[in-house]
Amino acid sequence: MATTTAMATAAPKYWSGGKSPYNVEYGKLMMWLFLMSDAFTFGALLIAYGTTRFSANGWPNPNEVFNKYPGGANAPLVFVSIMTFILIISSVTMVLAVQAGQQMNRKKVAFNLVLTILGGVAFLSCQAWEWTTLKLNEHAWWGHNPFLNSNGTVGHQDFTNFFFTITGFHGFHVFSGVIINIVMLIMTLTGFFDRRGHYLMIEKAGLYWHFVDLVWVFVFTCFYLI
Amino acid sequence: MSNEAVLHTNVEGAITHDEHHDEHHEHHHHETFITKYVFSQDHKMIAKQFLITGMVWAVLGGLMSVLFRLQLGYPDSHFPFLENILGKWWVQNGQITAQAYYALVTTHGTVLVFFVLTAGLSGTFANFLIPLQVGARDMASPFLNMLSYWFFFSASVVMLSSIFVETGPFSGGWTAYPPLSALKDASPGSGTGMDLWLIAMALFVVSSLLGGLNYIVTILNLRTKGMSMTRLPLTIWSLFFTAVLGVLSFPVLLSGFILLIFDRNFGTSFYLSDIYISGVGALPNEGGNAILFQHLFWFLGHPEVYIILLPAMGMVSEILSVNSRKPIFGYMAMVGSLFAIAILAFLVWAHHMFVTGLNPFLGSIFVLLTLLIAVPSAIKVFNWLTTLWRGNIRFTPAMMFAIGFVSLFISGGLTGIWLGNSALDIHLHDTMFIVAHFHIVMGVASMFGMFAGIYHWYPKMYGRYLNNTLGYIHFWITMVGAYLIFWPMHYEGLAGMPRRYYSYSAWESFKQFGGLNQFISTVAMIVFSVQILFLLNFFYSIWKGRKVTTQNPYGSNTLEWTAPIRPGHGNWPGEIPEVHRWAYDYAKDGREFIPQTTPVDPNEANH
Repeated sequence: MATTTAMATAAPKYWSGGKSPYNVEYGKLMMWLFLMSDAFTFGALLIAYGTTRFSANGWPNPNEVFNKYPGGANAPLVFVSIMTFILIISSVTMVLAVQAGQQMNRKKVAFNLVLTILGGVAFLSCQAWEWTTLKLNEHAWWGHNPFLNSNGTVGHQDFTNFFFTITGFHGFHVFSGVIINIVMLIMTLTGFFDRRGHYLMIEKAGLYWHFVDLVWVFVFTCFYLI
Repeated sequence: MSNEAVLHTNVEGAITHDEHHDEHHEHHHHETFITKYVFSQDHKMIAKQFLITGMVWAVLGGLMSVLFRLQLGYPDSHFPFLENILGKWWVQNGQITAQAYYALVTTHGTVLVFFVLTAGLSGTFANFLIPLQVGARDMASPFLNMLSYWFFFSASVVMLSSIFVETGPFSGGWTAYPPLSALKDASPGSGTGMDLWLIAMALFVVSSLLGGLNYIVTILNLRTKGMSMTRLPLTIWSLFFTAVLGVLSFPVLLSGFILLIFDRNFGTSFYLSDIYISGVGALPNEGGNAILFQHLFWFLGHPEVYIILLPAMGMVSEILSVNSRKPIFGYMAMVGSLFAIAILAFLVWAHHMFVTGLNPFLGSIFVLLTLLIAVPSAIKVFNWLTTLWRGNIRFTPAMMFAIGFVSLFISGGLTGIWLGNSALDIHLHDTMFIVAHFHIVMGVASMFGMFAGIYHWYPKMYGRYLNNTLGYIHFWITMVGAYLIFWPMHYEGLAGMPRRYYSYSAWESFKQFGGLNQFISTVAMIVFSVQILFLLNFFYSIWKGRKVTTQNPYGSNTLEWTAPIRPGHGNWPGEIPEVHRWAYDYAKDGREFIPQTTPVDPNEANH
């Protein structure tokens, strides 16, 4: 393709007007800015959690709280690690979908999008299992924390409050991402992007998906590891 | 393929866009009332929608201040006719009830800060000026732009409905501090009123996000050929930083609201601990912290001040330069100071919290950062004054309001230096002094910026002029009135008179201010009625004003004056003009003004 001519003409003066200074169309720039904004939303929630936790006298030990898996207990953080692994793998399949889109390979895009959607649904299902187990077996919910602090004192009220609010807010993002990816899948299968001549929307959906995964790394660290 | 394909699609997108607009012009009759005036995707129409909705709110918010000033100025008088109009919840025995007073103060603050001076000011002028001044057909995403307005509209409807619920609107102050905002039993307005307040504000955050993303992306991506960033008019720079502030600070408020919603409805204790309500008893909530909300709130709340002020600053810079027939003094310093203000805006929020028990050492850091804002602010003030200096000044109503803005910004800014000191703040916080300060520097000053913008760009908006005589009357009474209202409040505040009190009659020490309060309230009513005069002027002139007959009535350099007098959707009928110079070539080489579209003459002097 005519990459060299494009480079030769577009190289100087990105900022002098008449073209995009970052060499991206507006939608992708908008997505980056939205993700920055959303990062501040999550940042504020996690900082709120941090300040509450560090000013508390005690906090439950995540190794004791999150030690269940379907059919057993006493496996600290194993289940959530599997969840995390699934979500990170779904990021890999998303990258493959984006790459296939750049090669205009409709079948490969659709295949990898299906895998990504499955990964997202699997993650959400794991989270649903974790939440229901916590609620039904331990009676943990918003406004009720049954877990003792690690120093043996009565558990801090906001342990479950923050856990359900922030992981729920993240789960809501994953859910939105799954919906977006399903829409992308339909548009791919109907040949919308082929008619349009590019798969840029897949790239934007990919940015969102990677962001949601990245946020999970922080949420995971803050609630399960620390 | 990425880069090349992107560039390619960009061009392609632009071409289809153009074709679309050409089609638009040919088949103009295809536009229905709905697509042209209601669900319009034309940035100019959306700007007018923001403006007029903002004006409705300004009237309502202003009327609220008249009502509570009535209580403050005439605490012993009775106005039975108000009871007939407003009903028993608001007025009893001809007097504003205490509950109504707090509801009025709260709603006045919320409405003026968010609905008038954020949506009404930056919503209007960002929408109107960005595409026209950077040389774009429309916003990057006209559809999201339309959604931005309609989210604002829904927020308005919900906020308005909260005034009519049986228990009244929220009454815990526009800052919505818990526990008044977090406990439904804390006050009558904390129930349904607060629910509606939260829904309205959440919708408002979405509107502001959609708008802000569009503004930033349009300024970055859709500048016309030759319009480098340093050739942008200062209006665009200020709207750019405003949008950045909004996109980065409103999400934090949203987080604060999410936690607040859980505290209200799902039994959490994020902001609550050790609370006893008489009649209800001790609450089980433990471990939360009301100060946490203040941090989250003011992380938005302080940038919000600049979200309100920066567009006014940008428009004032432009109007001062055009009407002084001189280039703006220190263009790069103006851009730099806007940037400095935008950065510092995020680093000073705790100066709203000096007396919350904040660590005094931390407080001293926030004092330092707060006082640092005086530097870029002073740069801007001196640059405005030096732009005026030896200018060939045309005192149009827009120019009068722009100069009025500078005056108010100086007066209000100086008291900011007092309040930025944590030691002085112990005495001054929550007094009428702070009310005077922020009304002058942020409220009235930004209103003046907005008026300046309306008077200046009205011909571009409607193809007609506002009546100048009414404009001068409007200016002088508002200007003198604003100082007469807010200047005396400084003395009351220094004497320790607290704000947000329903009645001061229990304190012997504040009785001396009875006459002064009466005076302030009277002036407030006069100033409010003059705003009605402005509204009459505005709506009369849309249909009956003197027609604009030349494309560039002010002899202005910026691109909006190269568009037709009544531009259609797409702004320029043919090609978008190309830009060859910055926006401020006034009085250069013996020429009065040189539009940005004029190519640079090789013999021209450097600017």
